[in-house]
Amino acid sequence: MKPIDFSTHRIEVCPTVPDARAQVRKKKIELMGFGRKIESVFLADVYTIDKTFVPGELKKITNALINPITQRAHIDTFYRPSYFGWAIEIGYLPGVTDNIATTTKEIIEDLLKNPFRQTEGIYTSQLIFLSGKLTASDIHCIASGLINPLIQRIIIKSAAQYVKEEGMGKTVPKVKMDHAPRVDTVNLDVLDDELTVIGKSGIADRDGSRRGPLALDLTYMKAIQTYFKKAKRNPTDIELESIAQTWSEHCKHTIFSDPLDEVKNGLFKTYIRAATEKIRKQKGKQDMCLSVFTDNSGAIEFDEKYAITHKAETHNSPSALDPYGGAITGIVGVNRDTIGFGKGAKPIINIYGFCFADPTAKTVLYKDRELKQKMLSPDRIMTGVIEGVNNGGNCSGIPTPQGFVVFDNRYIGKPLVFVGTVGLIPKKIHGRLAFSKKAEPDNYIVMVGGRVGQDGIHGATFSSEALDSGSPATAVQIGDPITQKKLSDAIVKEARDRKLYTSITDNGAGGLSCSVAEMAKEAGGCKVQLEKVPLKYPGLDPWKIWISESQERMTLAVPKNKWKEFNGLMKKRSVEATIIGTFTKSGFCQVTYNNKTIMNIDMEFLHDGLPPRPMTTIYKTSLHVEPKIKKIKNLTLTLTTMLSRLNIASFEFISMQYDHEVQGTSVIKPLQGKGRVNGDASVVKPVLSSKKGVIISQGILPHYSDIDTYHMAGCSIDTAIRSAVTSGADPNRLALLDNFCWCSSTEPQRLGQLKRAAQACFDCAVAFKTPFISGKDSMFNDFKGYDKKGKPIKISIPPTLLISSIGVVDDVTKTVSIDLKSPGDLIYILGETHEELGGSEYFNMMGYIGNVAPSVNARKNLKLYKAFSQCAKKNLIASAISVNRGGIGVALAKSAIAGMLGIDVSLKSVPGAVFRVDFALFSESQGRIVATVNPKNKKTFEKNMKGVPHAVIGKVTSNNFILMKDLSNETIIKLYLDKASEAYKSRFKNY
Amino acid sequence: MAKPNVIVLSGYGLNCEEETKFAFELSGSKAEIIHINDLIQKPSIFDKYQIMAVPGGFAYGDDTGSGNAYANKLKNHLWEKIENFVRKDRLVIGICNGFQILVNLGLLPAFDKNYGNRQVALLHNNSARYTVRWVDLKIENNTPWFAHIKTISLPIAHGEGRFFATSEILSKLKKKKLVAARYVKREICTYQSLPANPNGALDGIAAITDESGRILGMMPHPERAIFFTHLPHWPLLKEQYLRNKKSLPKFGPGLQIFKNAVSYFL
Repeated sequence: MKPIDFSTHRIEVCPTVPDARAQVRKKKIELMGFGRKIESVFLADVYTIDKTFVPGELKKITNALINPITQRAHIDTFYRPSYFGWAIEIGYLPGVTDNIATTTKEIIEDLLKNPFRQTEGIYTSQLIFLSGKLTASDIHCIASGLINPLIQRIIIKSAAQYVKEEGMGKTVPKVKMDHAPRVDTVNLDVLDDELTVIGKSGIADRDGSRRGPLALDLTYMKAIQTYFKKAKRNPTDIELESIAQTWSEHCKHTIFSDPLDEVKNGLFKTYIRAATEKIRKQKGKQDMCLSVFTDNSGAIEFDEKYAITHKAETHNSPSALDPYGGAITGIVGVNRDTIGFGKGAKPIINIYGFCFADPTAKTVLYKDRELKQKMLSPDRIMTGVIEGVNNGGNCSGIPTPQGFVVFDNRYIGKPLVFVGTVGLIPKKIHGRLAFSKKAEPDNYIVMVGGRVGQDGIHGATFSSEALDSGSPATAVQIGDPITQKKLSDAIVKEARDRKLYTSITDNGAGGLSCSVAEMAKEAGGCKVQLEKVPLKYPGLDPWKIWISESQERMTLAVPKNKWKEFNGLMKKRSVEATIIGTFTKSGFCQVTYNNKTIMNIDMEFLHDGLPPRPMTTIYKTSLHVEPKIKKIKNLTLTLTTMLSRLNIASFEFISMQYDHEVQGTSVIKPLQGKGRVNGDASVVKPVLSSKKGVIISQGILPHYSDIDTYHMAGCSIDTAIRSAVTSGADPNRLALLDNFCWCSSTEPQRLGQLKRAAQACFDCAVAFKTPFISGKDSMFNDFKGYDKKGKPIKISIPPTLLISSIGVVDDVTKTVSIDLKSPGDLIYILGETHEELGGSEYFNMMGYIGNVAPSVNARKNLKLYKAFSQCAKKNLIASAISVNRGGIGVALAKSAIAGMLGIDVSLKSVPGAVFRVDFALFSESQGRIVATVNPKNKKTFEKNMKGVPHAVIGKVTSNNFILMKDLSNETIIKLYLDKASEAYKSRFKNY
Repeated sequence: MAKPNVIVLSGYGLNCEEETKFAFELSGSKAEIIHINDLIQKPSIFDKYQIMAVPGGFAYGDDTGSGNAYANKLKNHLWEKIENFVRKDRLVIGICNGFQILVNLGLLPAFDKNYGNRQVALLHNNSARYTVRWVDLKIENNTPWFAHIKTISLPIAHGEGRFFATSEILSKLKKKKLVAARYVKREICTYQSLPANPNGALDGIAAITDESGRILGMMPHPERAIFFTHLPHWPLLKEQYLRNKKSLPKFGPGLQIFKNAVSYFL
C-alpha cells in the first residue's frame, strides 16, 4: 500500500439521522453473542481520493456525494463521536472491484469535467464505531465476523488510539506490480514428474513459487509436450495457460464427453443429446426446439415472433471462498449467457437454487494444516450467497421469482449456487435469423464492458478441482451489475437491431482466451494485439490479461465498416469498446504484445488436441439400515415438526428480497395465497401485449442419491415436470435443462453413480418426451482440508442434479396457484402412493436413510399430467399443489396455510398401497398432485381423469384447522392453521 | 386534443422504462424512451413532451445514496430544461428510483415552487434490506395523477424507501397538502397479513407532490399493476368470478394513474 501524500484526500460521511443500516448491524452483532455487551453502533462512509484538486473542488465534490438532509461530511479531518470504545475501518484489498468507487469516480468526472488519470484513483471504505463493554478480543471476534480477509482489509483502533492518532489515517489500496510485464518460456523438455507438477500447481515463477493450478493431468501435459516438440520450441507461459483454460473440465466437460466403459461416445452424446434428438424426431412438426446445446443457452419457441432461451449455471467454488462475490458474479455471469445467445437475447427471468449446510452447524474447517485459513461458517456462506444474488438480480432489473434452498451438511465445504436466466429474442431481425452468428475473417475483435484486472485468474481451472489450500484468492471476483446493465441495454436493445456485429459471446471462464478462441472457430483464426486491452491498472503480465475473468465483458465480431457506428453508440451509452485484434482465416490463434508474437497455436490443436481419457466405472449399491420407527402417537406434532424442517420450511425472507415484479411480467409469484407459501413453479408473462406465459420450475433431490442415483435423476425430472404441470403447464410443451454437480469424479464408484444418473436422464426424458435444451456440469465438489484438530478431512457433496423445466402457456389466466380457494371444494389426490420413503424427509428426521427410494413410472405419470393439463385449460382446477418433499401431509398443510382454510380429509381412500399412516402421510412417491375442485365441476373433472388414479380424500372447510383421519377413519391430526403457519415460518424468522 | 407525448428516461441502471412506456401507451398516449445521454446531446427534444416519467430502477447501483448520482447528472447538464418544463403546465412522475431522483433533484416537495433544493429524503428501509411486496395506499391530496382514486393496491420493490423529513418540513407538507398517498392496511395487507407500512416511512408517507400537484413522486410501482393477473390474489378472485359466472377483468388498478395523466391533457 502506498504511503500518504498531499494529493490523497479523505471524506468521511456521517448520518445525522437514525441509521437503519447501523441498527441492523447492531442486531447482527447481538446475534453473534454480544447481546449484553454491545450498546451502540455508528456507521460512516469513507471516500479516499488519490487525486490533486484545485481549491474549492473538494467541497464541490462533497456536496455531490452527500445528502444534506441526512448526512454531514468531514473533509480531510476526522469524525469523532462523543462516545465510543472502538473504531473499525473495513475497505477492500488492492484490486478488488469497488463499485461505489466506480460510481463516485463518474460523479466527480461529470461534475468537474476532469477525468481521472490511470495513476489516480478512488477507494471506498466503511468506518464503524462501537460502544459497550467490549474487550479487544471481543472486537477481533466481531471484526472477523464482518470481513472476509480474501477481499477486505481492516484497521481496528481503540478510542484512545483513534483520538491520539487523529482518526484512521489514509489508506490507498492501489495495486502495485513487482515487475514490468513480461513473457516467460516454459521448459517442457522435462521428466514426467515435473510435467505433473506444472499441470497440478502451475508454471514456476522466477522466484520458484507456482502460479496456480493449470488442472492439466499428465496425459494432457504429454500431448502439449509433443505438440511443441514438433514445433521445435517450448511454449510461452501465455500459450500454456491458454491451453489449460480451453482444455479445462470447466470448459470442455471431458468427463461427459470422453469414453466411459462401453459408452464410447461419452455420456453427453449417448444419454443427454441422444434423448433430445430422439424426442425431436418423434415430435416432428410438434418439435418446439429452436437451438439446443450449441449456443450459450438453449432456445424453444414462444410464439410466431419470439423464442425463449434458458440456461442454468453453477458458481460453487468462488462462493465457498467469497459467498457474496461468488454469487453476484454467478447471477450476473449467467445473464451474459442470455445476452450472448444468438445475436443477443434480453434477460427476462432469473432463477436461483442453493445447497447449503445447516446454518446453525458449528463445524469448523480449515484449508491448511497450520489452521490459518479458516473456512467461512455455513451461516456466513448462506447469508452472503443470498445477498449476492439479491444485489446482482435486483440491480440488473431482471425478475427473480423462482428458486429453492436444499440443506445437507455435506455442502459445508462447497455450497452449490445454481443461477439461471431465461431470455427473450425475436426469431428474426430484419428478416435474418437471430440465432445464427458467425464471426467473419477481417471482422474486428472488439471487447466491450468492464476492464481487465488480476481478479478472476484461474477461475476455470480452479473450479475444475477440489477446494484446498492451493485454491487461489485471485479467483475471487465481485460483480458490477450496473456496468453490465449498461452493456446489456446497449447491445440487446440497440446495437443488435442495427446489425452492428456478426457474432457475440460472453467473457466468462478463461476470459478472452476462451471467448476469442471460441469465436475464432467461426472465422478460422484470430490475431490479437494484447497491449490494446484496456486494464484496470497498469503492469499486468500478458498471460494474465489473456486469461483474467474480470467481469462484465463480452467479445464481439464487428465488421470494419460498422465499427464507427458501433463505437459511437457504445460511447453514447458510456460503455467502453475497444478493438483488440482481427479475426482471420489463418488457422492459428495468434497473440502479439507490443508487436512481438507471444502466442501462435494451431486452432485445431487448441480446440481438439486434447487426447481422450477413457474411464471405467464400478457401481456398488449401498445397503442402509432398515428403519425401525415405532408407531407415532402424536402425528399432529410430527406434521408440525416436518413443516419446520430446513428442507420444507418457508424461505419467504429470500422471496421478499428478490424483486419478482420488475418488468411488469409476474403472474404466479413466489409466495402464494393469503398465507404466503413458497410455490414450486413461477409464471411470467414476458411480452406485455400478449397473454402467453412462461412457466418455470425445478427438481432437485440429492438425498435419493444415497440410495440410487438412477432414481435420484428420474425423480428430479418427474418433479420438475410435475411442478410445472401443476401450475398449468402443458406437458407436451416442456423442455428441460440439466445441471450435474458431482464429486470426486475420478473415482470409479462416483463415475458409476454418474452413469446411472445419465441413463435415467435418457430414459425419463424420452418417456416424457421432454427434450434437454441446455446443460452444464461441475464435477469436483469436494472439500479437502483439516478439522479443528488439524486432522485431514475430505467432504464430498451428495451427487446432485438440478433439473429445470421451462414451458409456454397460451393463456396465463389458465394457470393455477396452490392456495385453497373455497370451503366445500373437493380435495383430490391424483396418482398412487407407495411405501417409498428411502431418502425422504421423514426418514431423515427419524435418523434413517432407508433403502426404497421413489421410482418413476413416466408413462403412467405422463398420462396423469396430460389429463390434469386438460382440466386446467378448462378452468376445472381451483387449486393444485405438486406433492414434493414431505409427501401428502406437507402438501396438504401447505395448501391449507396458503389458503388459510381448513381441510377435512381421510387417508383411507388414497390410491396405491401403503400400510402405515405415517408412511401414507410422508411417502415421497412421484407422480402425485393434490388438487381441489368446485363440487359443481366434479363430474367433468372425473370424466377427464378417467383411467388415471384419483380419489376424493375430503373437503376444504371454513374451519381454522387441518383435520386428517387415518386408514381406518380415526382422527390422527388436528392442527390449527396459525400453529401450522408458525411452524412453517419460524425456521428462518431471524433472517 | 392530440394524444399527449410522454418521455420516459432511461440509462445508467434505470430499468423500468419499458413497462412504464407500455402503461402510458395502453392509456392512450404516445410514449418514447429516451436515454439521458441523448437528451444531454440534444436537449431540444425535450420540448415536444407534455409528460415526463422518471421510471424505477437502480441508477448507478444506488451508490452514494439512491437517486443521487442520476440527479447530479440531470442537474449538471439539463437543469434549465427541467426547470422550464416543470414551470409549464406539464406532468411529471417519479416512480421508486424515479421518486428518489426527483427528491434529490429538489423537484419535490419544492415549497413555494422553489425548485432545486433538497428538502426531504428517502432512506434505507428500517430492515436495511430490499423489500418486495404489495401495499395498500390511501390517497391524500388532489393531484391529477390520483384523480378518481381513493385507495389503491400496488407493489413496492426497494431498498431505500423510508420517507424522511424534519418535523418542520413534515408539518409544512401536511399544511400544504403535499402528502399524496399513505400506506394503510386495506385489501392486500389484510389478505396477506402484512403490516401497512413496509419500510418505516415517516407518517406512512408513500407519495408526495409539489404544490401544483403536477409533479408526483411515489415509491410503489403502478406500472406493475396494470393487468388483472398482476394482483397477488388474482387466482382467488378468478375462482370467485367463475363461480359468480362473471368474466375475468383484464386490467389492474395501476392503469388508472396513467389514464389520469393522459386525460389531464385531453
